[in-house]
Amino acid sequence: MRVTINGREYEFGEPMTVLDAARKVGIYIPTLCYHPRITQSGSCRMCLVEVEGQRLLQTSCTTYIRDGMKIWTHSERVKAAVKHNLELLRMIHPDDCQTCEANGRCELQDLLQRFGVERTMDYYGNSVKILDESSPAIRRDLGKCIKCFRCVKACEEIQDLSVYAMVKRGHYEYPATAFDAPVYSTVCVGCGQCSFVCPVGAITEKPDWRKVLELLENEDKVVIVQTAPATRVAIAEEFGAEPGTISTGKMVAALRKLGFDYVFDTNFGADLTIVEEGNEFVRRVNKGGPFPMFTSCCPAWINYAEKVFPWVTKHLSSARSPHMMLGAVIKTYFAEKIGKNPKDIMVVSIMPCTAKKDEISRDQLIIDDWKPVDYVLTTRELGKLIRLKGIPFMSLPEEDYDHPLGVSTGAAAIFGVTGGVMEAALRTAYEVITGETLPKVEFDEVRGLDGVRDATIKIGDKEVKIAVVHGLKNTEMLLKKMEKGEAFYHFVEVMACPGGCIGGGGQPKSLDPDVIKKRAGAIYEIDEMMKIRKSHENPAIKQLYKEFLKEPLGELSEKLLHTHYKDRSKEYANLWKYYEEGKVS
Amino acid sequence: MKIKVAADPKSVLEGSLEIANYFGYLSGVHHVQVDVERDANLGNCVGGILVDINGEKYKVRDKKEAAMLFVQGVILRKKVKDLAVKKVLPPEESRITPEVLIVKRNFGKYRDIDGYIFLGGYEALKKALKMKPEEIVEEVKNSGLRGRGGAGFPTGLKWESALKEKASEKFVVCNADEGEPGTFKDRMIIEEDPHALIEGIAISAYTVGANKGYIYIRGEYSDVAENLKRAMEEAYDRGFLGEDILGSGFDFELVLRFGGGSYIAGEETALLESIEGRAARSRFKPPYPTQKGLFGKPTVVNNVETLVKVPWIILNGAEEYRKYGTESSPGTKLFSICGKANKKVVVELPLGVTLREIVYAYGEGIYGEGELAMVQTGGKAGTFVSKEKLDVKLDFDAIKEGVSLGSGAITLIDDKSRFLDIALNVIEFFEHESCGKCVPCREGTFLVRKIISKMVEEGKVDCDALQEIERIVLIMKDSSLCGLGQSVHNPIISLIRMLERGEVA
Ligand SMILES: Cc1cc2nc3c(=O)[nH]c(=O)nc-3n(C[C@H](O)[C@H](O)[C@H](O)COP(=O)(O)O)c2cc1C
Ligand code: SF4
Ligand code: SF4
Ligand code: SF4
Ligand code: SF4
Ligand code: FES
Repeated sequence: MRVTINGREYEFGEPMTVLDAARKVGIYIPTLCYHPRITQSGSCRMCLVEVEGQRLLQTSCTTYIRDGMKIWTHSERVKAAVKHNLELLRMIHPDDCQTCEANGRCELQDLLQRFGVERTMDYYGNSVKILDESSPAIRRDLGKCIKCFRCVKACEEIQDLSVYAMVKRGHYEYPATAFDAPVYSTVCVGCGQCSFVCPVGAITEKPDWRKVLELLENEDKVVIVQTAPATRVAIAEEFGAEPGTISTGKMVAALRKLGFDYVFDTNFGADLTIVEEGNEFVRRVNKGGPFPMFTSCCPAWINYAEKVFPWVTKHLSSARSPHMMLGAVIKTYFAEKIGKNPKDIMVVSIMPCTAKKDEISRDQLIIDDWKPVDYVLTTRELGKLIRLKGIPFMSLPEEDYDHPLGVSTGAAAIFGVTGGVMEAALRTAYEVITGETLPKVEFDEVRGLDGVRDATIKIGDKEVKIAVVHGLKNTEMLLKKMEKGEAFYHFVEVMACPGGCIGGGGQPKSLDPDVIKKRAGAIYEIDEMMKIRKSHENPAIKQLYKEFLKEPLGELSEKLLHTHYKDRSKEYANLWKYYEEGKVS
Repeated sequence: MKIKVAADPKSVLEGSLEIANYFGYLSGVHHVQVDVERDANLGNCVGGILVDINGEKYKVRDKKEAAMLFVQGVILRKKVKDLAVKKVLPPEESRITPEVLIVKRNFGKYRDIDGYIFLGGYEALKKALKMKPEEIVEEVKNSGLRGRGGAGFPTGLKWESALKEKASEKFVVCNADEGEPGTFKDRMIIEEDPHALIEGIAISAYTVGANKGYIYIRGEYSDVAENLKRAMEEAYDRGFLGEDILGSGFDFELVLRFGGGSYIAGEETALLESIEGRAARSRFKPPYPTQKGLFGKPTVVNNVETLVKVPWIILNGAEEYRKYGTESSPGTKLFSICGKANKKVVVELPLGVTLREIVYAYGEGIYGEGELAMVQTGGKAGTFVSKEKLDVKLDFDAIKEGVSLGSGAITLIDDKSRFLDIALNVIEFFEHESCGKCVPCREGTFLVRKIISKMVEEGKVDCDALQEIERIVLIMKDSSLCGLGQSVHNPIISLIRMLERGEVA
């Protein structure tokens, strides 16, 4: 197809939108509602172009190229319309950048800046002023909402939970929960996909970084940080690097500069999870059930199971998520080594995830009278802390994690990507069950980014049926099939976010359509670089069992590393009470 | 006492019926018993309306003179020298376009399906079922039928593109949302001839290959919907709907859906959203509904009036249909006359009829004291037309002269209405009805309303503000997602022009 853009002719092989075509040849077109993770709404009217033969301006994100098409991307007419539409947004938008969570990472701010959009119209304020801090995972500050439909679509299309719907009309519309109930009392699972796609500061993670800053600067405690597998392939994006840039060593160095006393690796916790969960699976195999066993390391998935599919709770692995395991080990095993009590230590987890902020508030996870993890910061929040302290991230020399809880394997690394937990578990289960060494470490059957992947794996004389699923919409389909008896599995891995944790709701925001693929590639690269690639071979894990835990699924493990679940399907069901309380506006 | 008012075509088109109505009005106000007769044979005169009171001939040029004549001549029974006419001209031959009953062919003529069949009902469906879909498309294309929902898209082309789509399922949808204030033509059709609508929908479904159809009717029409429901049941009973219609092997299920009553739900893609169970908000186009419509399947959306014309065209042929109307806009159109009109009626006239005929011959001018100041054509999103332009021919091309046809609403506005009141009324409507999806319309309608409200509060027009408003609505036109935001400029700018020309204060 031959397409003329701004007077120059280009050749395109395949059908694509005008926006994609322009970007491909390096022509800038502003966008505000388009996001590659969801379908277009065509609502912001920023990506306007002039198309020869068309009476009105066209939105490039919804218009497909045609042979012989003539397009102008920044004619005076286009520029006037874009600037005017930005002025209209400014008209309803507060000047709160200074204290806004999105400051410096805000698509609206960028466009206002780029187009020099002054306050030319009276400031009328947003029609909605809801501040919803009910959830430990996400915060909604709708006074900053530009009504771009992204959150509505993300929750509907990725998770099929439709927590939000646009209500009211015209200037008065806004993305509301049912009956304006606080989001935490709805079916919301805290995955944070809405906060990932929100172009502005209207939905963000619940910010905890100020408290952590206070902890680091002013409090007299041992502050220990741990970093999730998916953070190391994404954090550099906060400093302008390409998605999938591996920056483990720089991240560790930055964390030390921030003042953390010890920097440990959640990957150690992941190895520990595999040993515990793997053995739980082996026990179920030997006992003949109950099947299927579901993974339990994704707290948004746990929320989903408890709220939407309560029967699943009886099938979930009882293993805590990796950072919870590591938190418990830090405050016991490691605390002893440095002569401290659990309460002298504060543990901060750097996670790609907003749901983990919610997870640490679960009562079942309190051990004696202390919490294994005190704060969870998202990758984005870590980026903010590093910028705030003026740490030159990209030019830091690489540093290593502290010992012994910084030692990990390739199996732990791949926890960050969909299929990774399954693959890691299979590597261990295979060797535990058969007593033989795996002929090939990689399980290609579970790799890839298809919504649902299943396979039958031969382990010794047993055939194990496994499934891997990511995104709760896909999960819902799979569970419904299982309910109807159309599918049966022994072991199912579920990750709520697209691509697994690398696509987590707390990751650096990105408009790169291939961001998940790129981060996944980096994760597998880390696995390949590791000398040890099976969790049960991690020497530090072996030592931990020898010195402290004794055996997988043992008494101490049960106390520190396992948990239980409850049916919460009734809790959120009655949203009418918010209606009756008159909270609805 | 008897007043005769000239009612030959020349006088009528100059507003004699308005004057006749006004005498009736005055007799009510003054509590005087008078007979007002419209006399087509009275003759006429130059430069005014010929009136006869007890044999005395007078000429009145406007309502002020008519009122003076009434007080002097009728109440005080005096001769009114000032208004006396010297020369009475003979009455003129008819040149007022008569109504043509295509849509209204069966109005008031039947009560149930037997009556409809007696009138020749469902013959068109029988004929169509024996034709190839391509032949029907050809016939409809040849007739030049264009959509009557406002946009005027050629119906045959729409059907053709849906017919060509390959899909496991297709739908037809009848748009009976009629959210336009003052418009009630579709309501009348549903009330008076529901079977012709059902027949038209069935033909459209057969043509494009749809086995399921919806009638999306506005919630406020629940009363006439009862009528429609009954008609649908009858049609199912007689095998005009349902499985294997008339032994042709064609299955068609027709379902009635009620809308929430917002204006935007009448926009075809918003309507589809609503049927799918979401809030009525427009989708971007393309893809057009004929490509990806209801539940992502090819869907034909047509207005009630469009569909009712189809059986007539199938039976009488495209050529017959083309005998009415203009080259670019063949056939007839229902006009809903509303606003300050003496007669608020739905009339069916061939396209190309002048606005003057509609206003003075069928609407009979302005009710009460006021004089005609302007007409809004095409509904809320239509243009304001100065009374100097009443001779414009109404068809889909009239927009080139700044007169929109739209849904056929003709709103009469009198000289008591102030610019700011009209403007506020228009923009409040759009602010309220904007679906909220896109920025230029959602915030633009709000901002323009704010600016106009401010002028209303201050009680004066601010020329700089008007310029700003023009800029806003033009960008709204250029960059909005759907027809609502794209047409707000029509009423706003045409009204501002009238202000500038001093035709409204
Ligand atoms: C804001 C808006 C409101 C509309 N309302 C109606 C309506 O009430 N009834 C209708 O038939 N068409 C309405 N339309 C036009 C429809 O979108 C569509 O063009 C029409 O139903 C197609 O049918 P037709 O081709 O038979 O006219 C509206 C369009 C817009 C932009
Ligand atoms: S959302 Fe963006 S523009 Fe608005 S206050 Fe926050 S940073 Fe500033
Ligand atoms: S956090 Fe996840 S589940 Fe909750 S509203 Fe956002 S997208 Fe939906
Ligand atoms: S909350 Fe954010 S994502 Fe949702 S509509 Fe508002 S600006 Fe868009
Ligand atoms: S133009 Fe107005 S009515 Fe149409 S989509 Fe945009 S906001 Fe909605
Ligand atoms: S980015 Fe295309 S309309 Fe918003």
